Amino acid sequence: MKRKKNILEYLEDTVLRVPQKTAFSNGKEDMSFGELYRASRAVGTELARLGLRGEAVAVFMDKHPNAMAAFFGTIYAGCFYVCIDSAMPEERVRLILENVSARAIIADAKGMAKASKFETEYILRFEEIARTEEDAGILSDVRRRQIDTDPIYVVFTSGSTGVPKGVVACHRSVIDYTEALCEALGFSENTVFGNQTPLYFDAPLKEIMPTLMLGATTYFIPKMLFSFPVKLVEYLNTNKINTICWVVSALVQVSTLGALDVTRPEYLTTVAFGSEVFPKKDYKIWRDTLPNARFFNLYGPTEATGMSCFWRAERELCEDEPIPIGEPFDNTDIILLGDGGREAAEGEEGEICIRGTCLTMGYYGNDEKTSEAFVQNPLNRAYPELIYRTGDIGRYNEYGELVFVTRRDSQIKHMGHRIELGEIDSSVLKCGGTARACSVYDGDKKRIVLFYVGELDPSELQKQLAQRLPRYMLPAEAVRLDSLPLTDNGKTDRRKLKDMACGN
Amino acid sequence: MDKLLAILNELHEDVDFTAETALIDDGILDSLDIVSIVTEVYSEFDVRIPPEEIVPENFNSAQALWELISRLDEA
Repeated sequence: MKRKKNILEYLEDTVLRVPQKTAFSNGKEDMSFGELYRASRAVGTELARLGLRGEAVAVFMDKHPNAMAAFFGTIYAGCFYVCIDSAMPEERVRLILENVSARAIIADAKGMAKASKFETEYILRFEEIARTEEDAGILSDVRRRQIDTDPIYVVFTSGSTGVPKGVVACHRSVIDYTEALCEALGFSENTVFGNQTPLYFDAPLKEIMPTLMLGATTYFIPKMLFSFPVKLVEYLNTNKINTICWVVSALVQVSTLGALDVTRPEYLTTVAFGSEVFPKKDYKIWRDTLPNARFFNLYGPTEATGMSCFWRAERELCEDEPIPIGEPFDNTDIILLGDGGREAAEGEEGEICIRGTCLTMGYYGNDEKTSEAFVQNPLNRAYPELIYRTGDIGRYNEYGELVFVTRRDSQIKHMGHRIELGEIDSSVLKCGGTARACSVYDGDKKRIVLFYVGELDPSELQKQLAQRLPRYMLPAEAVRLDSLPLTDNGKTDRRKLKDMACGN
Repeated sequence: MDKLLAILNELHEDVDFTAETALIDDGILDSLDIVSIVTEVYSEFDVRIPPEEIVPENFNSAQALWELISRLDEA
């Protein structure tokens, strides 16, 4: 078998096998592998003609099969895609476009209005460029020069200094991830995915890449349905969806509102969840509803391409036992790093560090942050070898399974989103009339509470923050104080603020 | 109705809930808001909204939601 070095080879193999089969659908509009192949090559031809090879292309498109052709089209042109959240405030979009020096935007009808606010050289309407006649010569020219360490996408995550960080992933790490994931979770060409996660993160690679590789099918579930669980289950049943990889909060929404008391996803055989802690009560409801389905807890940072570890629920958990994150995927290694750059002793806690081809290339245009997180393996003094320090603290349980314990810093997981509280604080300080800021997270009530000092009125501050931050990062409450409490050594007393936020 | 409007305004103070009739279709209320509303309606009105009634039609306007609560309250 020929070794894979470019993710487009998955598409090219699959289109020969099942050209008519639906690759992506939103429930109303379907796109077959044949259509996806043709549209991607059309988009690729147009971008390559514009001379954009090696550059970023921003994608302003809704979750729709067309967005897939835009993604793969950028890769056909030797570019990498940067998908932009349509609800993201203008200022944040501007920071991202400047960071990657994007000269081109691909937009759908709705995205065109947004795109016109930015000064990029090219604003390309998807529906037009997807009709470009393919130029096989220019595409094979691009392909000849492409290698497996060329970037595919840049995904932006929250950064503590107030500037989002762009994680750069290449063909090789995505291929490594896709093959390990398909093997561990047992995906096949009969898998029908129901996607929940937004396209502007790396999370949907779980559905997109196996679909391409195996000739499976992915349904993009309309976001609105996640508010109405009975309708959502109906959608899963109508489309015979058998596999879901959702953030925990989406699963909890279904169980909390009682949907599983009155209806049942009939075709589901695989439920993968992750990104945050699954409340045991809801976990049990799901397990009891689907006794024959396989459940997987997934764990992994964007910096190590998608997910890095998995745990298959095969044994019952004790009352107070957290759901383990299990073991690394094939060809990925975890090092638990203790104090002083040595491996944590048995039973000891340590920082979860990742080693392997899954490591991404680093943060776009940000050497400083890259060299802080992607470091020389301290256990190897002989030759250069990078590991990624996740900042997560873990330990092994009695079964030898990895368990997440806590964070090393002020990064939180809120509604499946990874947020640096420091980014909220620096955005507060950018609003005029604020002097100090410290936000904390009440994990029980799932609320971000902001404490600040300044003249600015709380509701006015909230309004200004909405111009700077995505909605999931906005504090549920802003509390103005005369001064922030300090610890004995003069730092902001986060613990005290957290107690105040939790109403203690 | 005033109590319901207070619950809604607590979630989005900048929205005129007496006038909006496409709270769901226009994406004003998200999934988090729905959970908050269901929880608050239970604690304020002692009315439990069953899962079959958690559908867009019942949440698109304050009026529709109020009618739902009244209907469930009588039952």
